[in-house]
Amino acid sequence: MTINPELQGRSYALSHPYSVGRESVRDFARAVKATNAAHFDVAAAQALGHADLVAPPTYAIIVAQRADALLINDPDSGIDFSRVVHAEQKFTHHRAITAGDELVAELHVDGVRGMGGGAMITTRAEISTVAGEPVATTVSAILVRGEGQ
Amino acid sequence: MSINIADLAVGTEIGSRTLEITRADLVRYAGASGDFNPIHWNDRFAREVELPGVIAHGMFTMGAAVQLVTDWIGDPSAVVSYGTRFTRPVPVADVDGAPGAVVDVSGVVGAVDADAGTARIDLTVTLDGQKVLVKAQAVVRLT
Repeated sequence: MTINPELQGRSYALSHPYSVGRESVRDFARAVKATNAAHFDVAAAQALGHADLVAPPTYAIIVAQRADALLINDPDSGIDFSRVVHAEQKFTHHRAITAGDELVAELHVDGVRGMGGGAMITTRAEISTVAGEPVATTVSAILVRGEGQ
Repeated sequence: MSINIADLAVGTEIGSRTLEITRADLVRYAGASGDFNPIHWNDRFAREVELPGVIAHGMFTMGAAVQLVTDWIGDPSAVVSYGTRFTRPVPVADVDGAPGAVVDVSGVVGAVDADAGTARIDLTVTLDGQKVLVKAQAVVRLT
């Protein structure tokens, strides 16, 4: 299967908002071995000026990868998920994600570049609240390995 | 906050730590993140796609490495941007009573922007002396 070169410029949107729950923030924090009290204790988060538990700096990947999945699972994309390797990742936070947020994401395919028999695909997820407040921009580069790569 | 931007200079060390990774850590990260790619928990599948065996999620390593920065600055929301390239997989062996991989993390101040009130922390993240993350950089806001 080959990567569809016309993917560049496409966009996808999550079908429903991602609700950031306290237990999700706590579970993700434990999973990345974070120990800051602001991830676990509401009073500690409020002492830092936040409304509720603060998500770790890479938490937005949950929403970004759900958006990426819309592209990867698009039958028209030609992407074989088992051959996908994460090559680059960047997060830009417009504000911290906190428990109680309702997040939506729009995924943009910013680049598709052939590499041998495979391709490097750059995607950008613009994550905002349902009210339209910008929260984070994530940029991912995934390498879809060709045969023998 | 105890860190003053005036005390920071390029090259200032923020510390180092050792990250011991087990298979259980990868299962926990898969559950918390929703990334259930079998290359992170199924040796047979990983070998079928020409990997040496189960490897850590790149995002697990990236997410755990930045804890050095958040613990140093004391507020996770101070990290305004964070990026890296993933250059080498981290195989995690299936062993009892010992970590399946040991990754070393250290950080230094790479740049200071006094006008913006930010500093860039450059992380060095290695497995057996070889970098697994390249250009791992976090920009933090100092108030």
